[in-house]
Amino acid sequence: MKHEIVEKNLGLMIVLIVLVISGGFLAEIVPLFFQKSVNEPVEGLEPLSAVELEGRDIYIREGCHVCHTQQIRPFRAETERYGHYSVAGEFVYDRPFLWGSKRTGPDLARVGGRYSDAWQRQHLYNPRSVVPESNMPAFPWLFEDKVDHTKTAAKMETLQTLGVPYTDEQIAEASAQVEGKFEIEALVAYLQQLGTVISETR
Amino acid sequence: MSTFWSIWISVITLGTVFGCWWLLWATRKSQTSDTETDRTMGHSFDGIEEYDNPLPKWWFYLFLATCIFSLGYLALYPGLGSFKGLLGWTSTNQWEAEVAEAEEKYGPIYAQYGQTPVPELAENSDAMKIGQRLFANNCAVCHGSAARGQVGFPNLTDDDWLYGGTPEAILSTLHNGRMGAMPAMGTMPNMTSEQVDQVVNYVLSFSGREKDAEAAKAGEQVFAQACVACHGADGKGNQALGAPNLTDNTWLYGSTYEWIKETVVNGRQNMMPAQDRLLSDDQIQILAAYVYSLSN
Repeated sequence: MKHEIVEKNLGLMIVLIVLVISGGFLAEIVPLFFQKSVNEPVEGLEPLSAVELEGRDIYIREGCHVCHTQQIRPFRAETERYGHYSVAGEFVYDRPFLWGSKRTGPDLARVGGRYSDAWQRQHLYNPRSVVPESNMPAFPWLFEDKVDHTKTAAKMETLQTLGVPYTDEQIAEASAQVEGKFEIEALVAYLQQLGTVISETR
Repeated sequence: MSTFWSIWISVITLGTVFGCWWLLWATRKSQTSDTETDRTMGHSFDGIEEYDNPLPKWWFYLFLATCIFSLGYLALYPGLGSFKGLLGWTSTNQWEAEVAEAEEKYGPIYAQYGQTPVPELAENSDAMKIGQRLFANNCAVCHGSAARGQVGFPNLTDDDWLYGGTPEAILSTLHNGRMGAMPAMGTMPNMTSEQVDQVVNYVLSFSGREKDAEAAKAGEQVFAQACVACHGADGKGNQALGAPNLTDNTWLYGSTYEWIKETVVNGRQNMMPAQDRLLSDDQIQILAAYVYSLSN
């Protein structure tokens, strides 16, 4: 084929360009949609409770994922510090996933249970009060604002549609569970369950 | 992985490699000369013309070399569907090898320290260097890098212990964690605000700092009802429960009237997380020795 033919037929060029640039996507990503190992939850994984789910949304709203990753890579240096490396089955209910791509702060994939609730609250209120060298921003408003409970059930319904196994009872109770909770309570509840489904460290 | 996806991936991957190879040769064939000439493509835009020269040779062969490299890579490493690669590499076994290597190197050192009794280990300066790093990584976040603690998180250097400072008590704290819970108003949930004032004054009187001697006197009765179960009749606390000694000068949650009132009215909840899940037994032994060494 003469190169001229490609250059002078825009339609053909578009088709060929799409074909070339989608090669990686077709070979590396599309097959994953159909692999058991990435679509099946690890044993014991439960969808987030209503309060934890709201905490997750606060985590996203405050941009925690911009500075904190949630994936422990299979290197000894990481597993020594953070615990068992992350596996795909832990994230099947995460929509969207919060793996992140940059660590200004430490990885949070297994922060659940590592510190006490009291520490988490104090640290979020003023990080410097517990870690003097920290450059994390303070989040004092989380202690004043209440979680918006009116949309919790709708969020869970959406996730249910996407395949997260929430029961109808869980969705019916969601609003009542969240109502009156401060944002800090929801966020700490979310943080304290992170990564706890895999408990062994090495 | 099913055969279909295995073939799908292999066809696309190999197709891309051979496609690149073909494209390189196909476009090269149309070149009439291997060396640079003055021949142009025959078009001119605003007087700008384009030479019609082949790719530089080093560049052309480098392209081919990347194709050959990729085939070698695909033969050695997993990249073609369910084909595992001739080296049998996976990210998991690379991690395992890394861990095994470290275990071989550091394992015996840790094992030796893990067998050493805490007081003896605390004298070992090499072990304490490890202990200091373990402390900085795992404990300093709450207890501070100098282990002096802060409000709500105990100072580990002052030889004043909530749960005991013996090697056994420190080891137990590290292994299993501790739940610190002071209920609001102690064991007297219907305490009136006057009684709160009295009992706070009574607690202050242990260190001679009461604001109102009369209230402090009346507070003894309230203390007997609300506090003795954990803090003891003399206010000296109980290490089995982690109830602090109220007669000394160490205060986990502040020593002023206002702080103590807050503690009485709302109670205090905190916990030391169990380290069993996070650290090996040998590491915990070293950490216990390090904490022990801070006040011994």
